Order: sequence, then structure tokens, then C-alpha cells
Amino acid sequence: MGIELPSLNFGALLPVIIVILTSVMVLIFDLALSDKRPLGWISFVGLMFAGGAGWIQQSMEGFDPAFQNMAITDGYTHFFNLIFVVGAGLSVLVALGYLGKKGLQGGEYYAMLLLATSGMMIMAAGTDLMIIFLGLELMSISLYVLAAINRYSRASLEAGIKYFLLGAFASAFFLYGIALIYGASGSTNLNGIGEGLKAVPKGYEALPLFGLGLLIIGFSFKIAAVPFHWWTPDVYHGAPTSVTAFMSVGAKAAGFAALIRVLTVSFGFDGSMFADNWHVAVATLAVLTMTLGNLTALAQNDVKRMLAYSSIAHAGYVLVGVVTGTEQGISAALFYLMAYAFMNIGAFAVISVLEQQDAIGTNLEEYAGLAGHHRVLAMLMAIFMLSLMGFPMLGGFWGKVYVFLAAIEAGWIVLAIIAVLNSGIAAYYYLRVIVHMYMSPVSDQSHAINLNSAMQVALGLAAFGTILLGVMPARIMDLAASSGLFG
Amino acid sequence: MVEYVWLTIAFPLIGVLINLFFGRLLEDAFSKWFKRSEVTGFIGSVTVVLSFLVSFAIFLQALGIEHFSHQVKLWDWITIGDFHVAISFLVDPLSIIMLLVVTGVGSLIHIYAVGYMDHDEGSARFFTYLNLFVASMLVLVLSDNYAGLYVGWELVGVCSYLLIGFWFFKPSAADAGKKAFIVNRIGDFGFALGIFLIWSTFGTLDYMEVFHEVGASHGEFASVINWVTILLFVGAIGKSAQIPLYVWLPDAMEGPTPVSALIHAATMVTAGVYMIARNNVLFAMAPNVSLVIAFVGAITAFFAATMALVAFDLKRVLAYSTISQLGYMILAVGVGAYAAGIFHLFTHAFFKALLFMAAGSVMHAMKGVIDMRRLGGLKDKMPETYWTFLIGAAALSGFPLITAGFWSKDNILVKAFELQQPNQAFGIILYTIGIITALLTAFYTFRAVFMTFHGEPRDKNLYDHAHENRRVMTLPLWILAIFSIGAGFLGLPSKLGLPNWIEDGWLYSVMAESHEILEHAHHFAHIGFGLEIALLSISAVVALVGIFGAWHVYIRYPQIAVDTARYAGRFYQLVLDKYRVDELYDTWIIEPGKGLADILAKIVDMNFIDKTLVDGSANSVRGLGHIMAILQTGYIRNYVMVIFVGIVVMGVYFFLL
Amino acid sequence: MIEQYLPILILIVASLIFAAIALLAPWYLGPRNPIETKLDTYESGKLPYGDARRQVPIHYYKVAMLFIVFDIEVVFLYPWAILLRDLRMYGLLIMSVFFALLVLGLVYEWMKGALEWN
Repeated sequence: MGIELPSLNFGALLPVIIVILTSVMVLIFDLALSDKRPLGWISFVGLMFAGGAGWIQQSMEGFDPAFQNMAITDGYTHFFNLIFVVGAGLSVLVALGYLGKKGLQGGEYYAMLLLATSGMMIMAAGTDLMIIFLGLELMSISLYVLAAINRYSRASLEAGIKYFLLGAFASAFFLYGIALIYGASGSTNLNGIGEGLKAVPKGYEALPLFGLGLLIIGFSFKIAAVPFHWWTPDVYHGAPTSVTAFMSVGAKAAGFAALIRVLTVSFGFDGSMFADNWHVAVATLAVLTMTLGNLTALAQNDVKRMLAYSSIAHAGYVLVGVVTGTEQGISAALFYLMAYAFMNIGAFAVISVLEQQDAIGTNLEEYAGLAGHHRVLAMLMAIFMLSLMGFPMLGGFWGKVYVFLAAIEAGWIVLAIIAVLNSGIAAYYYLRVIVHMYMSPVSDQSHAINLNSAMQVALGLAAFGTILLGVMPARIMDLAASSGLFG
Repeated sequence: MVEYVWLTIAFPLIGVLINLFFGRLLEDAFSKWFKRSEVTGFIGSVTVVLSFLVSFAIFLQALGIEHFSHQVKLWDWITIGDFHVAISFLVDPLSIIMLLVVTGVGSLIHIYAVGYMDHDEGSARFFTYLNLFVASMLVLVLSDNYAGLYVGWELVGVCSYLLIGFWFFKPSAADAGKKAFIVNRIGDFGFALGIFLIWSTFGTLDYMEVFHEVGASHGEFASVINWVTILLFVGAIGKSAQIPLYVWLPDAMEGPTPVSALIHAATMVTAGVYMIARNNVLFAMAPNVSLVIAFVGAITAFFAATMALVAFDLKRVLAYSTISQLGYMILAVGVGAYAAGIFHLFTHAFFKALLFMAAGSVMHAMKGVIDMRRLGGLKDKMPETYWTFLIGAAALSGFPLITAGFWSKDNILVKAFELQQPNQAFGIILYTIGIITALLTAFYTFRAVFMTFHGEPRDKNLYDHAHENRRVMTLPLWILAIFSIGAGFLGLPSKLGLPNWIEDGWLYSVMAESHEILEHAHHFAHIGFGLEIALLSISAVVALVGIFGAWHVYIRYPQIAVDTARYAGRFYQLVLDKYRVDELYDTWIIEPGKGLADILAKIVDMNFIDKTLVDGSANSVRGLGHIMAILQTGYIRNYVMVIFVGIVVMGVYFFLL
Repeated sequence: MIEQYLPILILIVASLIFAAIALLAPWYLGPRNPIETKLDTYESGKLPYGDARRQVPIHYYKVAMLFIVFDIEVVFLYPWAILLRDLRMYGLLIMSVFFALLVLGLVYEWMKGALEWN
């Protein structure tokens, strides 16, 4: 009796495999090394290799459908892998600079970070709801642990528990959604769902629609869209800053990666009521997310918490790009996520430099006069804030421009207007940080700042990326546009 | 080599970064051995010199190649739908000549500034700005599209503003900076409109594509081209200080002298001339607009020369002469002699930078005094400065045969004389204005020479203090002096059978298309050998008469100047007050504007917009934020509750639709 | 399509009714005579002592979790073992990777002291 062994095409998932192997390696070296810092550098190198593998894949053909249509390695996957590598790489560097100060340096930190990254990559590559769910859980569980990794801090433990409870809640919805959609379409494969749903007779769409709703809710948790964002401020605030930086960028991008693929591949076909419905639903989410995120951020006096709300608002802007469902809108959303990776990790990196103990050193008051105290750091923070605000010639600016233009061209004029108004509101709280740094007298609470080399590299790369995307956005936009989600 | 043209911009930018972030640190670190300006000045100079070397290498490569034209594309900058702007450079003879002027003269001025700024604490800031200027100017001349041109155009404006107001603690300097910026904005407004018009008409901002479309058209763009050229010229009026927007340039002399030499004489102010020469195809197709341009240039040249006659501030004399010489260049490009305009730009960059730097050298030695009524007799005290200034002055006055200014200016005058379209009379009028201006130029230039360097010292104290400056300052003067003489031989009149390398050789390919258009329209008459000799002789005589006149009035019979001033009385006062144009603008434009602004600010803005709209909306939005923040209780049970409500709402939405 | 689910609905309703009857009938039919001994906690014939809500050492959970992890892995071994011949070298290699990872995990736990009871 011979068994037909399926061709798995391991090469297609090479970046993921490299990341996982790196994490295993980190665990092994963790046993042998007493100084944990090399582990961070190993992780960094591993991530670079993963990025390189992605680069090689991009120039080669024949990697698509892998693992029997469970995953695909197309331009879209490449682009997200790039975001994850950038996000995780920068986060590792930030962690190297930050964990020592907190006494948290350890192998499990980096191993978890890498596992979470591999989960994200699987989410982006997955073309089957089960695989996407697998990636989601791999990412989420690692992040639960990371959020709570500072065992001696109540805030960190609280963050971990909250994230875990609400995340489990969300996963349940997600699974239920998969079940309903499977029931309606007879498939968990994204293309199969699309085919199956076409066969659903008129008047019986309620079941898959509700399934779709539950899927959107499940992803909304991960991207922190209102009203499923409640965990975000508490978790971002309580978790160690280096973890927050990673979560805010990586988890969000991964959520979007899967969301966009599911919506466009399975539910995007023309003329169905599914497409109309999710457009409206996502548009509603986008409006709520932008508005609530920005308004609440206004009221914050703690910079870390403020950035947590701002990250909610940014999810809203990206959703505006998703709403359009057009190639232009999706590429704009991808570009936005890339720019966001650089500027947001940069901003959190600055926070982590200034942070002393639990939530000391993150208050806005303590940023007063930073420019006189540490000129370069203040300038970097100003760059990140301006970019987040959407100041011309920085990455964030083009992200907003592309997204808003796409919305207008797709006919979502009102949505675009709301988005522009929102970015106007947002200017207030970003500028407030700059005003405090540059125009207030030096606060007496300021303390010595020490930047180690890893942190310097992280800040430099983040600033470089932010400026680069501002100066030559067209190239990244081309890359995003060639993601191939639309054939 | 061409593909490395971006290095010319990259080097000064590196200088900017180093001096901006580490300038003060480095100065402190080396303070034991070097003066402040020597440390940052070294960085600034080296980067520009490197940039010059790259430019020179490109020049050598281009030499002898016909139709040398390369577009070096770095990357796509902006792509939104159909709108493409690339960071891309056009390297052709025209941009190479500008490259050489900007980086070559720029290097010398940087080196000179090392000595000039040695008493100043802010040298790091100074060299940061100066390097930034060089980079911006290179963006302006190298861009292969209007968007890049505009970016460079604005950046040099910003640098000019920063450098004029370099000593911002002096109210006059701060005001002069503001004035320059605001006056330029008026011109830039037109310039921007012109670019928008190009975009909306041709759908592209790339020079080559625009020229190509225009070239392939059959007159259907005629009115658009008229408008485009008018609007672009409005930009040139501001940047190149033509009537009526010239008022900022004399005041710009408040900046440090190297700045006056580099920005307000040699490079930035010639951007308008460069821009018109670059768009020679468009301007050649708009003969009526060109005629207006020529007259604006001629009148500016004359007008500024009269003001230079009476000014007592040495730098202001030079500033007016710059306006006047820019008038010549604009006249040249107005009559369609684009190569002649660029040639004059080229020679003028050398001798005017030389004159400014020599004046700065005087100023440096005289503790900042620049009023010619307190100078005099410096010839022996500062021989090197004297001789170089004399060479520069000779070039500016058009001293026959041996100076660059003679050849380049004469070239323009001959071309004006040759003008046939729409009427020969216009050519004669323009020529007459030009030749009278040339007389005035020679006169006021040597007036400045005699008052500063000859005669008896008028202020004994200052005179005793005077000394020759250090080598770092005089060496650049000598180099420029050599070029002030030698550069002229690149453009000898071809009608005499002499080689006009720059017009017939180097720049020919750039101007070929417009040349053909003008030829077709019988734009120029072609005068013969004899007439050419006659015109040259007139120029030569005029220059010599002017110089002799100045000697007669200021050395032999100094009383004449005093008497004339007395007899001319009110007219003299009017010229001395710069025709009260500043006052005119003040009364009719600035004051009413301020009044209107006051009304808007106090009544409309403060009460209605600020209090009601801005504060009101800001407060209500922030209030809303606080209410939202209350919802964040920190209890998971509350969160789950709200989430559940969200899910129910979503479910209801899906099921009920 | 929805009609297909009718049997399930019937089943749900039937089971609900059955459960209700099973609960309600004794309540209605049975005699009630509570005495102290009857109400006492019944714990496998032993007398109850202390509070039921007491903390269990964390090590207990740790070991339990590890046990479950390795226990479940064994489940994968059965199908593999049966088909080992047909899977040939490929199957062996793939499974070796799987085992290597498991062993690494075990080593890691061991070295980290996860198996110590203190």
C-alpha cells in the first residue's frame, strides 16, 4: 500500500521556519549563557535572515500555494513579512536597550517575541481560516506571556491577565465565526468559502453574514478597533514598553493582514450582499475607532497611555483604506502599516528610554524641557510625533494622503472627511508632546538618560525609516501595490 | 560620472548634518588649536570643494560631446494616480555651467568665510546654513522637472532668509530677512501658478516632456504659453530682484558679506535668469512676453544704476550694481539671447563675488565700517584687497578687451541692437538704455574705487587700525580675480571671426530649438563685421569715459561732486532716498494691509474665530475626550459588557438587513 | 436549508423536556426528611476537614501541564507507527524533527528547573 505524500513546499514558509528555528536556538543558548544580551542579537540576526529569505523568495517564482492550499507566499505575504521583520527587529533592539534597565533580560522574552512573530507571519500567509486561527493563537498566547513578563510589576501582571481574558473571549468569537461560515459554505479555505457562498440561496444569507460579523469582531480585537478596543489602553500601559511597541505594531499589522485577505478573497466578490455589508460594517468601525481613539487620547496626560489611544486611532485610519476594498485602498493601508511600524516603535523606544520604574517617567510633565536636556532624543521624538500626526515629508504623511485619496476615489467622501477632521484633532495631542519638550522649562524630575548602543541603533533605524518613507514613498507604495491580492 | 551627480548635493548635505549636530561639539573639542570658524568652516569648505570636484569631473566628461544631455533618475518621489514626480536630475551643458558656478564660486566663498567669520560665535550655524544653501541651489539647477525647480526655488529662499537674518539680534537684519522673504513670496505666488498651469495643460512637470509637447504643437498652446511665461517671469522678478520687486536686495546686505557674495550676487539671484534660459523654448514662443521681459530688464538696469551713483554704503553700491547687472541678464534673455544671458551670469558671478568679498575684506579690516564717507586712501594699507577690487571693478565697468565683463556685456548689447521683431525700433531703444547704463556703471564703480582706496583717509582712527587680511581671505580674491579676466575669453564675438566657445559650442545644444524658432521668425538681424567693430568701440569708449569721469569728479576736482549734489537738490535727494519706493510701498500697500490685518485680527479673529470657533471647538472636543476616558474603568466585566453590546448591535444590524 | 436543522431542534426540545421531567418528578414525588447527618458533606466516607477552597502549589499545575503536553504528543505516534513502513524515509525525517523539538523542550524544562518540586 503506497501513500501519496502531499507536496508541502516548505520553501514557501521559509521566513516563518527561520524565525521559529531562531526562537528554538534562543531557548537553547539561554540554558548556556548567563549574560542574556547575546540572545537579543541572535534574535535580531535571525530576523534579518528571515527578511533576507523573504527577499530571495520575492525574486523567485513558484512558491505560491503551499501546504495544500493552506498558505500562500505572494507579494502580499512578502510585504507583511517585511513589516513583521521590521517591527520585530526594531522591538528586539529596543528590548535590548530596555530590559536591562528593568532587570528583565532573559531568553524567554526573545523566544516569545520570535514565536509571536512567526504567528503573525502565518496569519499573513494563511489562506485557510484554520491556519489563520492557528497563527492568531500562536501570536496571541506569546503576547499574553510577554505582556505579563514583568512578574514583579502589578501593572504588567494586570495587563497580561486582561489581555488573556479578553483575547480568549475574542478567540471564541472568531472560532464561532469560522464554524458558522463553514456551516454555510462548506469550506474553511478562503477561496472555497468564496465559491461556497455564491451557492447560498437568496434569503439564507443570515448565517454566513453573522459568521462574517463574528470574524470581523475577532480581528477587531487584535487590531484594537472600537468598540472592541477596551483592553488596549490598559494592556499597552501596563505591559513593559518594549512589549507595547511590538504589540502595537506587529499584532495590529497581523490582524489587518488576515482581515484584509479574508474580506477581499472570501467576501469581496462583486454583486454579493456580503461585500456591501462588510463595507458598511467596517466603515462604521473605522469612524468609531478614529473618533473615539483620538478624543480619548486628548484627555491623557501619560504619554504611554496617550500613544495607546493614538494606536487605536491609527487602526481607524487603516480601516478607512480597508473599507474601500479597492486595490488603491488596500495598498494605501499596507503602506500606512509600514510607516506606522517605524514611527510608532520609534516613539515607544523614546518612551522606554525615559521610563524609569513602573509608569514613572512616562508622564507628560516629565517631558518638559527635554530639548534642553537631551537634544537628539527630543528631536527624534519630535520626528516620530510629527510623523504620527501626518506632517509632510515624513512617512505618516504619505500614509494618510494615500488612504484618504483612496477613500475619496472609491466614493467614500464622508468617511474621508471624518478621517481628515480626526487627523486635525490628533495634531493637538502630538504637538502637546513637542511643546512640552521644546517650550517648557526643564522639569526638576528629569534624570540622567543613558542610551546604549542597541537603543541608539533602534532609534536611528526608526527615524531613518520614517524619513525615508517620507522622502521616497513611491517605491514602497509600488511594492505595496504589487502585493498581488488583486491578481 | 554623470550618474554620480547626486554626490554634488549629497556632500553639502553631509556638511549640514555634521555642522548642525556636532558643529558646536567639534568647535569646543578643537578650541585649543583652532578658532571656532576654522573647525566648522573647514567642514563646510571641504564638502563644497568635493562637490566642486565632482562637478568638474562631470564637466570634463561632457566636454567635446555633442548634445550631452542625461537624465539621472534617483527614485520616484510622489506617485498619486497619474501624478508622478521623480527625484531626477537633468545634466546638460546648461546645468553643468550652473553647477560649476555654484560649487566653484561657492567653494571660494566658503574658504573666505572661514577668515571672515572668525570673530563670530555662531559659525557652526553659519556654515550649516551656507552648506544648506549650496545643496538647495544645486537642487534648483539640477532638477529635471518643475516640481524640483520649485522645491529648490523655495529652499534657497528659506536659506536666504535665514542668512540675511543671521545676526537676528540686530532689528535691521531681522527686518531685512523678513522683507526678502515676503517680497519673494509675491513672486513665488506667480511662479507656483505658472507651474500649476503647466501641469494642468500638459499633464506633466518634466521639462523634456513639456518642451517636446510644445515643440510638436502647431500653435494650439499659444495663449497658454503666454500665460505660463508671464507667470514664471513673475517668479523671476522676485528672485532676480527686478522692478518692481527689487526692494529686498539692497536690504539683504544686512547679512554677513560672504552671504551677499554667494547668494545675493553670484548664485541665488541669478536663478530667474537660469529659469528663463532653461525654458528658452517656451519663452521663444512668446515674443510679446519676451519683449516685456526685455524692457523690464533694461529699465531695471538703468534705474538701479542711478541709485548706485549716489549711495554711500559700499555694499549697497554693489547691491544696486547687482540689480543693474541682473537687469542686463534679463534683458538678454528677453531679447532671446539666452546664451548671452547665461554668459553674463557666468562672468558676473566671478567679478561680483570678487567685489563683494573685497568689500567684505575692507569691512573686516575697518571694524565693520562700510560707509565710503569714512573710508579713503586704503590703497597702501591693503594692497591685495585694492588690486583685486580694482580688477573686479574693471570687469564690472566693462574695461575694454582684457576684462570678462566687457565681452559678456557687449554680447548682450549687440544682441539687443540686432533685435528685429516686432520692430527694429525696440532694439535700438533697448540698446540705448543699455549703453547709457554702461556709462553709469563705469562711473559709479570707479567712484567706489576712488572713494574707498584713493585720496586722503577721511577717518584717521579707522585708517590707522586698518590692516591687510589673512591669506585665507585674500587667496580666494586672487583666484576670482583671475577668472574675472580670463572668463571673458570663453565668449568672444564670433562676428569678428573670434571663437565664441560658450554660445556656439558649449550651450548650443541647449538653445538649439529656441534658436531655430527665433531664426524662423527673423528675430535677429545679422549685422556685419564693420558694425560689430563699431558697437564694440562704442562700448569701449563708454567704459573709458565713465572711468575717466569718475576720476575727474572724485580725484581731480572733488568739489564737483559736492556742487552737483547741491545743484541737483531735490532730485539728488530723491535718488539718494532710492526714489522713495520703499516709502511708496509702505504707504500704499503695507500700511493699508496692516490696517486690514488689524481689523481682521482684533474683531474677526480674536472674537469670533479664536473664542468661538477655535477655543469653543477645542474645549468641547477635549471635554468629550474626558467623558470618553471615564468609560475606561479598568474592570474587565465592564469591558465585556460593552463589547457584548457591540456584538448584539452588529448582530441586529446583520440580521435585520 | 434551515429545514435540515429541524431534527436538531426537535432533539433539543425533547432533551429539555426529558431533563425537566427528571428534575421535577422526584421533587414532586419524593418524601423530604432532612436531618443533620444527611445534610453533611459526603466525601468518600471520610470526614471532611478544612476549607474546600485552598491553594494548591503552583508546581502541581506546572507538572500537570507538562504531563498533558507530552501525553498528547503520544497520540500522534500511533498513526505514525502504524504507517511507518509506507511513509519511508520521509516520514522518519519529519517525525525526527518533531521529536527533536520535543526533546529540546524537555531538556529546556529540565534545565530551567521546571521539574523540581521546590
